[in-house]
Amino acid sequence: MNFNVDVFWAALSSWAFFKGALITLALAVVSHATAIAISVPMAVVIRGRPSLLRGSITAYIGFFRAAPTLLLLLFVWNALPQFIPIFRQAWFTPFLAAWIALALNEAAYQVEINRSALQAVDAGQTAAGEALGLTRFHVLRYVVLPQAARIAVAPTVNEFITLLKITSLASVISLQELMTVTQVTVARTFQFTEHYAAALIYYLAMVYALMAVQKRIEKSFSWANRAAATKDTPAIAVPVQR
Amino acid sequence: MSMIEFSQVGKSFGAFQALTDVSLKVEAGERVVVCGPSGSGKSTLIRCVNGLERHDSGRIQVNGIELTESASALLKIRRDVGMVFQQFNLFPHLTAIENCILAPKKALGMSDADARDLARKYLDRVRILNQADKYPVQLSGGQQQRVAIARALCMNPKAMLFDEPTSALDPEMIGEVLDVMIDLAQSGMTMICVTHEMSFARRVADRVVFVDHGRIVETASPEDFFQSPKTDRAKAFIKQVLHG
Ligand SMILES: Nc1ncnc2c1ncn2[C@@H]1O[C@H](COP(=O)(O)OP(=O)(O)OP(=O)(O)O)[C@@H](O)[C@H]1O
Ligand SMILES: [Mg+2]
Repeated sequence: MNFNVDVFWAALSSWAFFKGALITLALAVVSHATAIAISVPMAVVIRGRPSLLRGSITAYIGFFRAAPTLLLLLFVWNALPQFIPIFRQAWFTPFLAAWIALALNEAAYQVEINRSALQAVDAGQTAAGEALGLTRFHVLRYVVLPQAARIAVAPTVNEFITLLKITSLASVISLQELMTVTQVTVARTFQFTEHYAAALIYYLAMVYALMAVQKRIEKSFSWANRAAATKDTPAIAVPVQR
Repeated sequence: MSMIEFSQVGKSFGAFQALTDVSLKVEAGERVVVCGPSGSGKSTLIRCVNGLERHDSGRIQVNGIELTESASALLKIRRDVGMVFQQFNLFPHLTAIENCILAPKKALGMSDADARDLARKYLDRVRILNQADKYPVQLSGGQQQRVAIARALCMNPKAMLFDEPTSALDPEMIGEVLDVMIDLAQSGMTMICVTHEMSFARRVADRVVFVDHGRIVETASPEDFFQSPKTDRAKAFIKQVLHG
């Protein structure tokens, strides 16, 4: 096997690869952010009493879990404009189509993470909040969600890493993300290894950076951990009782 | 008008009847201790007072407000009645003082500065002001329970409910929590306490209510109840508490 280091470096430092990686990252971030924004209220509703809304959400989750992501991407990009004329205009780019498809799909998975995080918050917390005369919204907002958020961090970052890799499917709708750029370059040059290696390095860098972000987020929940919490508070000796 | 009044209250969990025909009147300033065997319905009874459990028959009135399906009546009652739990249930993501100011700010619309002043007053009263900026995880059980009492007091409640406030504590910490409760009782607070602490009952209770199988079986002064219980079930219970 011959590996041309110059080609590899050229690919790694090229604007095309860098831009491809940026699009990959941007698509994953906006899709996941949208998915989280949709899925938090959905998780709250499906933990509530049976209702038409709860039924619809359950149906949504089932549907978007069953539908292959590739099919969703193709559907949003090709079929949606046929049903809804405004999607025929120039502003409807592959990026937007991928954003919609991935966000809808991801929300169905994220809602499950949110649901179990909410479930994991002790029922005594809600009871204490309600006993204080807080409204149900205030209990959710100030008591339950902050604690559920901490529980959800690790699985949510995992989910994001998966999503980051799934964005490569958007090459089917000709979005110029990292894998599309790689494939196009390989098709032109036939230098597989160098370009695949460069793409791999970008993916690895993004995932490792994310794992560092996860560590920082987890650290910011210092209240959950006596040692970490003690660090931020004034130096009054804490007798370790119990 | 009584502070808390139960008339023939019933409550079931599915097919299980947890409370049957419970009638109880607690006047303003009165201290009532509720005791009974495990699973007899003490927690259910006390949690019905502020609607954490919804009764399905009979009537409950708190400070003249009837506990109904109405959300506003429920909120009013909850803002008038403080509650302290066996497991403390402090909010772990908030410091002691933040635990205290949350409800005054959000439920009563108090300013941050006023709420903090109030919280400092009550944290001082339960003798834990020096730990105000600690997170619950950094506090001992007894300290956490005192913060929980201060948190409830910050709503300026007209009555306080305690559900076995000392039974999750190590023995050496029971005293510090009971002291705070005795202090509160002596200040004239209306209280319903589920507890098996006979010393507390003897010292502050006006009445002891004995619950068994979801019914109030016996009501008596602490002296009479512990010295000469009338029912066999109460006798057996007292014997068990004394020797267990
Ligand atoms: N949410 C619930 N669903 C079903 N059954 C319940 C529920 N809560 C309580 N019960 C049942 O109701 C009965 C009374 O419970 P409760 O917690 O009021 O007893 P308790 O007197 O407080 O007991 P303990 O001394 O153990 O705290 C018990 O048999 C319990 O199993
Ligand atoms: Mg109980």
